[in-house]
Amino acid sequence: MYPVKYHKPDTIDDAVAALAAGNEALVLAGGQTLLATMKQHLASPGDLVDIRGIKGMVGIRTESDTLIIGAATTHAEVAGSDVVRKHCPGLAALANGIGDRAVRNMGTIGGSLANNDPAACYPAAMLALGATIVTNTRQISADDYFQGMFTTALDEGEIITAVHVEKPAKAAYAKFAQAASLFALVGVFVADGPHGVRVTVTGAGEDGVFRHEGLEAALSSSWSAEALDGVEVSEEGLNSDMHGSADYRAHLIKVMAKRAVAAA
Amino acid sequence: MSSGIGKSVKRKEDKRFTTGKGRYTDDHRMDNQAYAAFVRSPHAHARVKSIDAAAARAMEGVIDVLDGHQLTGDGIGNIICGWAITSKDGSPMNMGAWSALATEKVRYVGDAVAVVIAETQSQARIAAEAVEVDYEELPVVAHVADAMKDGAVQIHDNAPGNQIYDWELGDEAATDAGLKAAAHVTTLDITNNRLSPNPMEPRAAIATYDDAEEHYTLYTTSQNPHVARLVLSAFYNVAPEHKLRVIAPDVGGGFGAKIYIYPEEITCLWASMKTNRSVKWTSDRSEAFLTDAHGRDHVTHAQMGFDKDGKITGFKVDTIANLGAYMSLFSSSVPTYLYAPLMSGQYDIQNIHCNVRAIYTNTAPVDAYRGAGRPEATYLVERMMESAAREMDMDPAELRRRNFIHEFPHQTPVLMQYDAGDFPKILELAQEAADVAGFPARRAEAEKRGKLRGLGYSTFIEACGLAPSKAAGSLGAGVGLWESAEVRVNPVGTIEILTGSHSHGQGHETTFAQIVADRFDIPVETVQIVHGDTDKVQFGMGTYGSRSAPVGMSAVVKAMDKVEAKVRKIAAHTLEASEDDIVIEGGQVKVAGTDKAMAWHEVGLAAYVAHNLPDGMEPGLKETAFFDPVNFSFPSGAFICEVEVDPDTGQTKIIKFTSADDFGTIINPMIVEGQVHGGVTQGIGQALLEQVIYDEDGQLLTGSYMDYTMPRAADVPFFDVQHHETPSPNNPLGVKGCGEAGAIGAPPAVINAITDAIGTNDLAMPATPQAVWRALRAASKPIAAE
Repeated sequence: MYPVKYHKPDTIDDAVAALAAGNEALVLAGGQTLLATMKQHLASPGDLVDIRGIKGMVGIRTESDTLIIGAATTHAEVAGSDVVRKHCPGLAALANGIGDRAVRNMGTIGGSLANNDPAACYPAAMLALGATIVTNTRQISADDYFQGMFTTALDEGEIITAVHVEKPAKAAYAKFAQAASLFALVGVFVADGPHGVRVTVTGAGEDGVFRHEGLEAALSSSWSAEALDGVEVSEEGLNSDMHGSADYRAHLIKVMAKRAVAAA
Repeated sequence: MSSGIGKSVKRKEDKRFTTGKGRYTDDHRMDNQAYAAFVRSPHAHARVKSIDAAAARAMEGVIDVLDGHQLTGDGIGNIICGWAITSKDGSPMNMGAWSALATEKVRYVGDAVAVVIAETQSQARIAAEAVEVDYEELPVVAHVADAMKDGAVQIHDNAPGNQIYDWELGDEAATDAGLKAAAHVTTLDITNNRLSPNPMEPRAAIATYDDAEEHYTLYTTSQNPHVARLVLSAFYNVAPEHKLRVIAPDVGGGFGAKIYIYPEEITCLWASMKTNRSVKWTSDRSEAFLTDAHGRDHVTHAQMGFDKDGKITGFKVDTIANLGAYMSLFSSSVPTYLYAPLMSGQYDIQNIHCNVRAIYTNTAPVDAYRGAGRPEATYLVERMMESAAREMDMDPAELRRRNFIHEFPHQTPVLMQYDAGDFPKILELAQEAADVAGFPARRAEAEKRGKLRGLGYSTFIEACGLAPSKAAGSLGAGVGLWESAEVRVNPVGTIEILTGSHSHGQGHETTFAQIVADRFDIPVETVQIVHGDTDKVQFGMGTYGSRSAPVGMSAVVKAMDKVEAKVRKIAAHTLEASEDDIVIEGGQVKVAGTDKAMAWHEVGLAAYVAHNLPDGMEPGLKETAFFDPVNFSFPSGAFICEVEVDPDTGQTKIIKFTSADDFGTIINPMIVEGQVHGGVTQGIGQALLEQVIYDEDGQLLTGSYMDYTMPRAADVPFFDVQHHETPSPNNPLGVKGCGEAGAIGAPPAVINAITDAIGTNDLAMPATPQAVWRALRAASKPIAAE
C-alpha cells in the first residue's frame, strides 16, 4: 500500500473539508472494496476520510412509513435489524446475503451505493424500491442516482449520509452468486411499492443495475411467478465473461425473478 | 496404552497453531533486515531490451536494484528440473534455460526481471514499480493447442515445436490388439483442469549472509529443506552445503507448491551477499497466483475396450501435458512416472499404453500438486469405467467388481507391483455406508421436488512413498527417495526424534511421537520431534507424495530397533539377566517373570554416566538410520458421491460423500480422517469450482479470490469416512500414506455423480453451474432442433 493519511472527523463539515483539502482524498466507509484495491496499488489516495465516526451516520429508524438507514450502517446491522425486517424483510434478507460475514461486518450501505459495483446487491434494492439517496447537500432519487457501472450522480466531494426507503407492499431479492467473489452473477429484486411494480437486475447488465420492462409488465398484470413464464429475457446488453455468458445470465434473470416473486 | 499406534491423540502442535504462537517464516525478524520486491514481467512473452533502475535507485529507502545480468555474472546457475525424461525416440528432454532473474527474454506474466532491496516492504514495492523495463513483445502461446501449431512461436530455442518430450509407457501393439478384439470400446476426450495450490501461508524467504564466516542462512517455506540446500549448492552455486543452513520453520500448508526452489529464494540469498543485509521477501496473494507452480493441466484422448462380459481388453491413453514456461523441479516426472503407472487402477488390465507429450506454454510453471499425476490418472480411469458401464448398460459397481484385482502382490503392465488391498471389501463398505440400495427412492423423491439426483463412484489406487531409490534413479530421478531418522534418548529418558520428513500441517509432531511412545511404552509427552533445520537434522528428503509415514516413520522404526538392542544389552548387564528375557513395558525395562526392573530413565542415565556398561560398549543412547523402501505403498479407496442438481440454474449440491479407505495401519485415526476431509475438499474444489484461466495473450484472468473459487465450508458436506486396513508388507509399520487420497479419488466420484444426474457423459471440470446447465441443455435438445 502507498503511504496514506487517515482522517476520522466527527462532523460532516469536517469530513467535507478534509476531502477538499486532501490529496486525491477518498471517503472510507467500510473499506471492503477500497482497501483491497489500495493494497494492490490500483488506487492511491493521499488521504482517507473515515466517515464512520460522524454522528448520525450509523443507525436505523423509521419516520412514519419511511425507513431511514444511516450511510455508515453495516450490512450485518441492516440484516439483523428488527426495524428493517418489519419494514422490508426483503431488504434485510438481501443484506444478509452480501459477501461473507467479514464483509457484512465491515461493509456499509453508503459505501456500496457510492461505489456502485455493477454486481453489488444494494443498487437492485434501491432502484426497485424507488429509494432516495440522501447526501450532505441534497436528496437524489434512485432513478437518477445510478448512472452505469461504478458511476453515480454524486458530485466531487459529496457524501452520502442516509437512504430513505418507503414501505413496500411486497419485496424480495433472489441472488445467484458468482462462486468466487460472492457478488451477484445475477440478482433480481422485485417490489410492489409506492412507485409501482418494479423488477431490477444487478450483476448481469453491461451498464450495471437496470429495470426490466418485460418482467415488470408481466408482474403488474399478475403478481405471480407463473406470470413470468412467457416473458422473453433478451441477452442483449448483458455481460459475457468467464463466470457467465450472456445467454446464461438471461436465463438466470428469469429464474431469479420467479424465485424472488415466490419469496416476496 | 492411551497414546500409542491407533489412538486419536490430540495434535501436540495445535496449541501453538490455534493460539497464534506458530512461528512461520514471515514471523521471523533479523537484525539489519531489508526487504525485497520483484520487478515482474507484465507480458507473457517478450524480449528484455533494457532495464533502467535509475529512478528506483533514487527513491527513499532503496538500498540496491539488482538484475539478471549481475546474477548470472556472479555465477548463479540456472534453475533445473531434477528428473530426466527420455523421449520414446531415445532423445533427452528439451529443458530450456531458466534464470532466477530473466536476462534475454521473459516467458510468462510474473517472470522476474529485477529485484529491489529497500529498508521497508512498502518502499521496496513502490520502487519496483519505478524500474523501467523496455520490452519487445513477442507472439504468445498461452494454451497447448496454440503452442503445438505448425509455425507457433518458439518459447525456448532448444525445444522445437515447444515440445519437451514425447514419451510412452506400455505395449502399444498389444493394446491396439486388445482394443480391436473388444466387444465394446469407450472413448473419451478429457481435460484435467489447471489448479492453483493456494497454501494458506504464502511463500516467503529470509536470507542472511555472514561475511566473516562466508556463511548463509535461509529461512524459507519449504517442504524439504535439505533438498533445497542441495539444489541451491550444487546447481545454483549459492554456497557450498557446509556454508548454507536452510531452516523451514512452521510452514502453513504446501500441497506440493513448496517442494520446489523458486527464483525468489535464490535471489534473496544472492542479494543478501550483494547488500550485506538480511533480505526478506514474503509473497502476497497476487504473486502467489502468478508464480506458485500450478497443478494438473492435461488434455487426453482415451479408449478402453471391454469383452462381452465387461472385462477390460485394453486401455490406450494419449495425453498432452502443459508444463508452462519453464521446467520446475519435478515437473517432468508428474505426467510420466507419477501418471502412466497408475493407469491400471484397481483393475486387472493386461494391455495398457500411455503416450505423453509435454509442452511449453507462456504460463506459470506446472509441477506436482496434491496427488501429482495420480489424480490425473485416476480421473481418467474412473470416468472411463463409469462411462463404459452406462454405455454397456451395466451397474457401474458391478463392472468394477468384474475387473478387480484379487491377488497380491499384483504386477501391472505399467511398472507397478501392488502390495496389498481388498478392493471388493472397501467397495462393499462404501456402498453400505452410502446406502446405495436406498438411492432409487431418494432419486424419486428429489424428482418430485424438481431436482436431479445422481450417484457416482470412484474406486481408485494410488502410490505413495516413491521408491526404491535405485529404481527411481534408473528412470531418471536426480535424487534418492529414502528417509533418515535419529533417535536420541536423553539421560533423563525423554526422547528427541530428528527426522528428514517435514511437517507443514500434517501433524508429524504427534504421529511420529506416537510410534515412539508405542514402541517404548512411555508417555507421548516425553517425545519431541525435531525437523526442518539442516543444521540440526541429518540429511533427509522431506515431505511430499504421502511419504512421511511409509518412508519417514520407517526410518524412525529402524533407528528405534538399534536403540532397543542397546537398551536390552544395558538392562541385561545391569540386571544380570539374559537379553532375551528383557521386556520393555509400562515405563520400565524388566526381566520377564521376575521383579527385577529398571525405570526407563535409569537405562538412559546408565548409558550416559557409563559407570557400568558391558565391556566394549560405547556410552550414549542415540542411533541413526536410513530407510530406503523396496517399493511404493499402495493405498486404495472406494468413494461414493451423491449429488442433487438444480436444473433451473445448473447448481450442484453434494448431498453425501462417503469414503472407504485402505491406508494400511493407521497411526492416528483423527489425523487420518482430517487428511481425508482436506483431500476430498480439494478434490471437490477441482471438480466443481477451481480453474486457472489465462487469456490468449497469456494474462492470468484468475489472479485473485474474486475470480478463482476456493471451496468454502458450505460447499462440502459432512464426510462419512470408513476404514479397512490391509497392512503394507513393504515397511515395518504396514502404513501406506494418506495425505493425497482424497484429492486423488474425489474428482471422478463428483463428476460421475453429476453426469449420472443429468444423463450425459459430456461434462468437464470444473462443473460450474453454467457448465452443468449447458450440458443439461445439450443433452435434452432434440437432435433436429433449430
